[in-house]
Amino acid sequence: MPSLPPIRPEDEAVAAKLRSHGAFDPNAVEHHDPVRRELLLRIGDDALVLGQRVSEWCGHGPVLEVDISLANLALDLIGQATLLLNDAGDGDQLAFHRDVLDFRNCLLVEQPNGDFAQTIARHLLYTTWQHMFLQRLTQSSDQFLRDFAHKAVKEVAYHREIASEWTVRLGDGTEESTRRMVEGLDWNWRFVPELFDVDGSLQSAIDAGLAPDPREFEDEYRSAIAAVLAEAQLEAPADQRPILGGRTGHHSEHLGHLLAVMQFLPRTYPDAVW
Amino acid sequence: MSGDWPLWEVFVRAKGGLSHRHVGSVHAPDAELALRHARDTYTRRLEGVSLWVVPSAEIVASDPDEAGELFEPAESKIYRHPTFYEIPDEVKHI
Repeated sequence: MPSLPPIRPEDEAVAAKLRSHGAFDPNAVEHHDPVRRELLLRIGDDALVLGQRVSEWCGHGPVLEVDISLANLALDLIGQATLLLNDAGDGDQLAFHRDVLDFRNCLLVEQPNGDFAQTIARHLLYTTWQHMFLQRLTQSSDQFLRDFAHKAVKEVAYHREIASEWTVRLGDGTEESTRRMVEGLDWNWRFVPELFDVDGSLQSAIDAGLAPDPREFEDEYRSAIAAVLAEAQLEAPADQRPILGGRTGHHSEHLGHLLAVMQFLPRTYPDAVW
Repeated sequence: MSGDWPLWEVFVRAKGGLSHRHVGSVHAPDAELALRHARDTYTRRLEGVSLWVVPSAEIVASDPDEAGELFEPAESKIYRHPTFYEIPDEVKHI
Protein backbone atom coordinates (compact mmCIF):
# COMPACT_ATOMS: atom_id res chain seq x y z
CA MET A 1 0.00 0.00 0.00
CA PRO A 2 1.53 3.39 -0.93
CA SER A 3 2.48 5.47 2.08
CA LEU A 4 0.73 8.75 2.73
CA PRO A 5 2.67 12.03 2.49
CA PRO A 6 3.76 13.46 5.88
CA ILE A 7 1.22 15.73 7.54
CA ARG A 8 2.20 19.36 7.00
CA PRO A 9 2.35 21.57 10.09
CA GLU A 10 -0.17 24.03 8.63
CA ASP A 11 -2.69 21.24 8.14
CA GLU A 12 -2.16 20.08 11.72
CA ALA A 13 -2.90 23.58 12.90
CA VAL A 14 -6.08 23.71 10.83
CA ALA A 15 -7.15 20.31 12.15
CA ALA A 16 -6.53 21.45 15.73
CA LYS A 17 -8.76 24.45 15.20
CA LEU A 18 -11.49 22.39 13.58
CA ARG A 19 -11.74 19.78 16.29
CA SER A 20 -14.73 21.54 17.81
CA HIS A 21 -16.42 22.13 14.45
CA GLY A 22 -18.20 19.73 12.13
CA ALA A 23 -16.58 18.57 8.92
CA PHE A 24 -19.09 20.44 6.76
CA ASP A 25 -18.82 23.73 8.65
CA PRO A 26 -18.22 26.58 6.17
CA ASN A 27 -14.98 27.40 8.01
CA ALA A 28 -13.61 23.96 7.22
CA VAL A 29 -14.01 24.51 3.52
CA GLU A 30 -12.67 28.06 3.59
CA HIS A 31 -9.45 27.11 5.31
CA HIS A 32 -8.47 24.86 2.45
CA ASP A 33 -9.08 27.60 -0.10
CA PRO A 34 -5.64 28.42 -1.54
CA VAL A 35 -6.77 31.75 -3.01
CA ARG A 36 -8.05 32.96 0.33
CA ARG A 37 -4.95 31.70 2.12
CA GLU A 38 -2.70 33.50 -0.34
CA LEU A 39 -4.58 36.74 0.26
CA LEU A 40 -4.29 36.37 4.03
CA LEU A 41 -0.56 35.69 3.71
CA ARG A 42 -0.01 38.72 1.51
CA ILE A 43 -1.67 41.26 3.77
CA GLY A 44 -0.59 39.40 6.92
CA ASP A 45 3.06 39.38 5.85
CA ASP A 46 2.82 43.08 4.93
CA ALA A 47 1.71 43.82 8.48
CA LEU A 48 4.26 41.47 10.05
CA VAL A 49 7.28 42.76 8.12
CA LEU A 50 6.33 46.43 8.44
CA GLY A 51 5.60 45.90 12.13
CA GLN A 52 9.02 44.32 12.61
CA ARG A 53 10.69 47.17 10.71
CA VAL A 54 8.99 49.90 12.76
CA SER A 55 9.69 48.02 16.00
CA GLU A 56 13.41 48.33 15.19
CA TRP A 57 13.04 52.00 16.21
CA CYS A 58 12.05 51.07 19.76
CA GLY A 59 14.53 52.75 22.09
CA HIS A 60 16.20 54.55 19.16
CA GLY A 61 13.60 57.19 18.34
CA PRO A 62 14.83 60.74 17.84
CA VAL A 63 12.65 61.95 20.74
CA LEU A 64 10.79 60.06 23.50
CA GLU A 65 7.33 60.95 22.19
CA VAL A 66 8.22 59.79 18.68
CA ASP A 67 9.67 56.57 20.09
CA ILE A 68 6.27 55.90 21.66
CA SER A 69 4.39 56.84 18.48
CA LEU A 70 6.48 54.42 16.41
CA ALA A 71 6.13 51.66 18.99
CA ASN A 72 2.34 52.08 18.88
CA LEU A 73 2.40 51.77 15.08
CA ALA A 74 4.45 48.59 15.35
CA LEU A 75 2.12 47.08 17.96
CA ASP A 76 -0.95 47.81 15.83
CA LEU A 77 0.69 46.18 12.81
CA ILE A 78 1.79 43.09 14.69
CA GLY A 79 -1.73 42.80 16.10
CA GLN A 80 -3.09 42.84 12.55
CA ALA A 81 -0.52 40.25 11.46
CA THR A 82 -1.51 38.01 14.39
CA LEU A 83 -5.18 38.04 13.39
CA LEU A 84 -4.48 37.46 9.71
CA LEU A 85 -1.83 34.76 10.02
CA ASN A 86 -3.77 32.88 12.70
CA ASP A 87 -6.65 32.69 10.27
CA ALA A 88 -4.35 31.39 7.52
CA GLY A 89 -2.99 28.59 9.70
CA ASP A 90 -0.71 28.45 12.74
CA GLY A 91 0.36 32.07 13.05
CA ASP A 92 3.54 31.40 15.02
CA GLN A 93 4.61 28.71 12.61
CA LEU A 94 4.02 31.00 9.66
CA ALA A 95 5.75 33.98 11.23
CA PHE A 96 8.83 32.30 12.64
CA HIS A 97 9.47 29.20 10.56
CA ARG A 98 9.00 30.23 6.95
CA ASP A 99 12.00 31.30 4.94
CA VAL A 100 12.32 34.22 2.53
CA LEU A 101 10.92 32.47 -0.55
CA ASP A 102 7.66 31.72 1.27
CA PHE A 103 6.97 35.25 2.43
CA ARG A 104 4.30 37.16 0.50
CA ASN A 105 4.80 40.74 1.62
CA CYS A 106 5.32 43.52 -0.91
CA LEU A 107 8.84 44.85 -1.39
CA LEU A 108 7.99 48.27 0.03
CA VAL A 109 7.52 47.11 3.62
CA GLU A 110 10.84 45.27 3.83
CA GLN A 111 12.90 48.29 2.79
CA PRO A 112 15.34 49.35 5.51
CA ASN A 113 14.38 52.06 7.99
CA GLY A 114 17.24 54.36 7.06
CA ASP A 115 16.78 57.63 8.90
CA PHE A 116 13.49 58.88 10.38
CA ALA A 117 12.54 60.61 7.11
CA GLN A 118 13.03 57.41 5.10
CA THR A 119 10.91 55.49 7.62
CA ILE A 120 8.16 58.12 7.35
CA ALA A 121 8.35 58.05 3.54
CA ARG A 122 7.91 54.27 3.50
CA HIS A 123 5.04 54.55 5.97
CA LEU A 124 3.25 57.28 4.05
CA LEU A 125 3.41 55.33 0.79
CA TYR A 126 2.29 52.05 2.34
CA THR A 127 -0.39 53.13 4.82
CA THR A 128 -2.15 55.40 2.36
CA TRP A 129 -2.57 52.31 0.18
CA GLN A 130 -3.40 50.07 3.13
CA HIS A 131 -6.08 52.48 4.36
CA MET A 132 -7.79 52.58 0.96
CA PHE A 133 -7.52 48.79 0.65
CA LEU A 134 -9.04 48.21 4.09
CA GLN A 135 -11.87 50.68 3.49
CA ARG A 136 -12.92 48.54 0.54
CA LEU A 137 -12.15 45.26 2.28
CA THR A 138 -15.05 46.05 4.66
CA GLN A 139 -17.25 44.96 1.71
CA SER A 140 -15.54 41.59 1.30
CA SER A 141 -17.64 38.50 0.68
CA ASP A 142 -15.75 36.88 3.56
CA GLN A 143 -17.03 37.41 7.12
CA PHE A 144 -13.62 37.26 8.77
CA LEU A 145 -12.08 39.75 6.34
CA ARG A 146 -15.02 42.13 6.79
CA ASP A 147 -14.71 42.03 10.58
CA PHE A 148 -10.94 42.39 10.38
CA ALA A 149 -11.21 45.36 8.03
CA HIS A 150 -13.77 47.15 10.24
CA LYS A 151 -11.40 46.98 13.16
CA ALA A 152 -8.13 47.66 11.37
CA VAL A 153 -9.35 50.55 9.23
CA LYS A 154 -9.59 52.85 12.25
CA GLU A 155 -6.04 52.04 13.39
CA VAL A 156 -4.68 52.55 9.90
CA ALA A 157 -6.56 55.85 9.44
CA TYR A 158 -4.48 57.12 12.34
CA HIS A 159 -1.25 55.66 10.91
CA ARG A 160 -1.95 57.41 7.65
CA GLU A 161 -2.57 60.74 9.36
CA ILE A 162 0.54 60.62 11.47
CA ALA A 163 2.72 59.64 8.50
CA SER A 164 1.20 62.50 6.50
CA GLU A 165 1.75 65.02 9.28
CA TRP A 166 5.38 64.03 9.69
CA THR A 167 5.93 64.19 5.93
CA VAL A 168 4.66 67.77 6.00
CA ARG A 169 6.79 68.72 9.03
CA LEU A 170 9.95 67.26 7.51
CA GLY A 171 9.31 68.34 3.92
CA ASP A 172 8.43 71.88 4.89
CA GLY A 173 11.09 72.10 7.60
CA THR A 174 14.78 72.87 7.52
CA GLU A 175 17.10 72.37 4.58
CA GLU A 176 18.36 69.18 6.15
CA SER A 177 14.92 67.72 6.87
CA THR A 178 13.77 68.53 3.33
CA ARG A 179 16.80 66.83 1.83
CA ARG A 180 16.30 63.71 3.96
CA MET A 181 12.58 63.58 3.15
CA VAL A 182 13.32 63.84 -0.58
CA GLU A 183 15.90 61.05 -0.36
CA GLY A 184 13.55 58.88 1.68
CA LEU A 185 10.76 59.23 -0.88
CA ASP A 186 13.21 58.62 -3.69
CA TRP A 187 14.32 55.33 -2.15
CA ASN A 188 10.80 53.96 -1.69
CA TRP A 189 8.98 55.34 -4.72
CA ARG A 190 9.92 52.51 -7.12
CA PHE A 191 8.15 49.99 -4.87
CA VAL A 192 4.74 51.65 -5.18
CA PRO A 193 3.70 50.05 -8.52
CA GLU A 194 3.80 46.60 -6.91
CA LEU A 195 0.91 47.69 -4.65
CA PHE A 196 -1.29 48.01 -7.73
CA ASP A 197 -0.08 44.92 -9.57
CA VAL A 198 -2.79 42.28 -10.00
CA ASP A 199 -1.54 38.76 -10.73
CA GLY A 200 -3.52 35.55 -11.22
CA SER A 201 -3.93 34.85 -7.53
CA LEU A 202 -5.15 38.32 -6.64
CA GLN A 203 -7.45 38.34 -9.65
CA SER A 204 -9.06 35.12 -8.37
CA ALA A 205 -9.53 36.73 -4.98
CA ILE A 206 -11.10 39.78 -6.63
CA ASP A 207 -13.40 37.59 -8.73
CA ALA A 208 -14.52 35.75 -5.59
CA GLY A 209 -15.33 39.09 -3.95
CA LEU A 210 -12.74 38.47 -1.24
CA ALA A 211 -10.50 41.43 -2.02
CA PRO A 212 -10.93 44.81 -3.69
CA ASP A 213 -9.17 45.55 -6.99
CA PRO A 214 -6.40 47.99 -6.08
CA ARG A 215 -6.38 49.43 -9.59
CA GLU A 216 -9.78 50.94 -8.82
CA PHE A 217 -8.27 53.28 -6.25
CA GLU A 218 -4.94 53.96 -7.93
CA ASP A 219 -6.01 57.44 -9.03
CA GLU A 220 -7.35 58.26 -5.59
CA TYR A 221 -4.04 57.08 -4.12
CA ARG A 222 -1.93 59.21 -6.44
CA SER A 223 -4.09 62.27 -5.68
CA ALA A 224 -3.83 61.69 -1.95
CA ILE A 225 -0.05 61.35 -2.08
CA ALA A 226 0.21 64.39 -4.32
CA ALA A 227 -1.85 66.41 -1.85
CA VAL A 228 0.40 65.51 1.08
CA LEU A 229 3.55 66.24 -0.94
CA ALA A 230 2.14 69.58 -2.06
CA GLU A 231 1.46 70.59 1.53
CA ALA A 232 5.00 69.47 2.38
CA GLN A 233 6.37 71.69 -0.40
CA LEU A 234 7.82 68.62 -2.10
CA GLU A 235 7.70 67.39 -5.65
CA ALA A 236 6.73 63.81 -6.40
CA PRO A 237 9.80 61.76 -7.29
CA ALA A 238 10.22 60.87 -10.95
CA ASP A 239 8.59 57.54 -11.82
CA GLN A 240 11.20 54.82 -12.08
CA ARG A 241 11.19 51.30 -13.47
CA PRO A 242 8.74 49.43 -11.23
CA ILE A 243 10.15 46.58 -9.19
CA LEU A 244 7.92 43.59 -8.49
CA GLY A 245 8.36 40.15 -7.01
CA GLY A 246 7.56 40.30 -3.31
CA ARG A 247 4.10 38.79 -3.77
CA THR A 248 5.66 35.65 -5.28
CA GLY A 249 8.53 35.30 -2.86
CA HIS A 250 11.21 37.10 -4.87
CA HIS A 251 12.35 39.51 -2.24
CA SER A 252 15.07 42.12 -2.02
CA GLU A 253 18.26 41.37 -0.13
CA HIS A 254 16.82 43.02 2.96
CA LEU A 255 14.19 40.47 3.94
CA GLY A 256 16.67 37.72 4.74
CA HIS A 257 18.47 39.89 7.29
CA LEU A 258 15.18 41.00 8.83
CA LEU A 259 14.02 37.40 9.24
CA ALA A 260 17.38 36.33 10.65
CA VAL A 261 16.81 38.74 13.52
CA MET A 262 13.07 38.18 13.88
CA GLN A 263 13.22 34.37 13.76
CA PHE A 264 16.46 33.78 15.60
CA LEU A 265 14.99 33.03 19.01
CA PRO A 266 12.16 30.63 18.08
CA ARG A 267 14.43 28.77 15.67
CA THR A 268 17.27 28.42 18.15
CA TYR A 269 15.02 27.42 21.06
CA PRO A 270 12.08 25.67 19.42
CA ASP A 271 10.67 24.46 22.75
CA ALA A 272 10.77 27.88 24.40
CA VAL A 273 7.48 29.11 25.87
CA TRP A 274 6.54 32.40 27.53
CA MET B 1 15.65 68.24 17.76
CA SER B 2 13.63 68.30 20.98
CA GLY B 3 15.81 71.07 22.36
CA ASP B 4 13.62 73.70 20.78
CA TRP B 5 10.26 71.92 21.04
CA PRO B 6 7.94 73.61 23.51
CA LEU B 7 6.30 71.70 26.36
CA TRP B 8 2.55 71.10 26.38
CA GLU B 9 0.38 70.09 29.35
CA VAL B 10 -2.06 67.27 28.63
CA PHE B 11 -5.60 66.87 30.00
CA VAL B 12 -7.72 63.77 29.40
CA ARG B 13 -11.45 63.24 29.93
CA ALA B 14 -12.41 59.64 30.60
CA LYS B 15 -15.31 57.93 28.88
CA GLY B 16 -18.33 58.87 30.99
CA GLY B 17 -16.27 61.45 32.84
CA LEU B 18 -17.33 65.04 33.23
CA SER B 19 -14.06 66.93 33.32
CA HIS B 20 -10.58 66.80 31.87
CA ARG B 21 -7.87 65.77 34.32
CA HIS B 22 -4.24 66.71 34.07
CA VAL B 23 -2.20 63.59 33.24
CA GLY B 24 1.22 64.86 32.25
CA SER B 25 3.09 66.65 29.52
CA VAL B 26 4.63 66.12 26.08
CA HIS B 27 7.09 67.94 23.85
CA ALA B 28 6.01 68.81 20.31
CA PRO B 29 6.87 71.42 17.70
CA ASP B 30 3.24 72.50 17.18
CA ALA B 31 -0.35 72.00 18.34
CA GLU B 32 -1.40 69.18 15.96
CA LEU B 33 1.64 67.07 16.77
CA ALA B 34 1.14 67.86 20.47
CA LEU B 35 -2.31 66.27 20.19
CA ARG B 36 -0.85 63.25 18.38
CA HIS B 37 1.91 62.80 20.96
CA ALA B 38 -0.60 63.19 23.78
CA ARG B 39 -2.87 60.61 22.16
CA ASP B 40 0.05 58.20 21.68
CA THR B 41 1.44 58.65 25.17
CA TYR B 42 -1.61 59.11 27.40
CA THR B 43 -4.47 57.20 25.80
CA ARG B 44 -2.85 53.84 25.05
CA ARG B 45 -5.08 52.02 27.48
CA LEU B 46 -8.34 53.78 26.70
CA GLU B 47 -7.79 56.29 29.46
CA GLY B 48 -10.00 58.79 27.71
CA VAL B 49 -12.14 60.01 24.86
CA SER B 50 -11.21 63.67 24.82
CA LEU B 51 -7.86 65.40 24.88
CA TRP B 52 -6.80 68.96 25.60
CA VAL B 53 -3.24 70.19 25.10
CA VAL B 54 -2.13 73.59 26.32
CA PRO B 55 1.31 75.13 25.88
CA SER B 56 2.85 75.02 29.34
CA ALA B 57 3.96 78.61 28.93
CA GLU B 58 0.28 79.69 28.71
CA ILE B 59 -0.54 78.29 32.11
CA VAL B 60 -0.67 80.90 34.82
CA ALA B 61 -0.21 79.27 38.20
CA SER B 62 -0.64 80.56 41.70
CA ASP B 63 2.55 81.20 43.61
CA PRO B 64 3.11 78.38 46.15
CA ASP B 65 4.64 80.91 48.56
CA GLU B 66 1.32 82.76 48.58
CA ALA B 67 -0.69 79.61 49.25
CA GLY B 68 -1.27 80.59 52.85
CA GLU B 69 -2.60 84.03 52.02
CA LEU B 70 -4.75 82.75 49.14
CA PHE B 71 -6.32 79.64 50.60
CA GLU B 72 -6.18 79.53 54.38
CA PRO B 73 -8.91 82.14 54.87
CA ALA B 74 -11.41 79.64 53.43
CA GLU B 75 -10.85 77.31 56.35
CA SER B 76 -13.64 77.05 58.95
CA LYS B 77 -16.15 79.20 57.10
CA ILE B 78 -18.95 76.71 57.28
CA TYR B 79 -21.51 79.30 56.23
CA ARG B 80 -20.04 78.98 52.71
CA HIS B 81 -21.08 75.32 52.47
CA PRO B 82 -24.63 74.54 51.26
CA THR B 83 -25.29 71.92 53.94
CA PHE B 84 -28.01 73.52 56.08
CA TYR B 85 -30.95 73.04 53.73
CA GLU B 86 -33.27 70.06 53.98
CA ILE B 87 -34.49 69.21 50.56
CA PRO B 88 -38.13 68.03 50.67
CA ASP B 89 -38.81 64.58 49.18
CA GLU B 90 -41.00 66.06 46.45
CA VAL B 91 -38.07 67.86 44.88
CA LYS B 92 -35.34 65.37 45.75
CA HIS B 93 -33.88 65.36 42.29
CA ILE B 94 -33.71 69.11 41.93
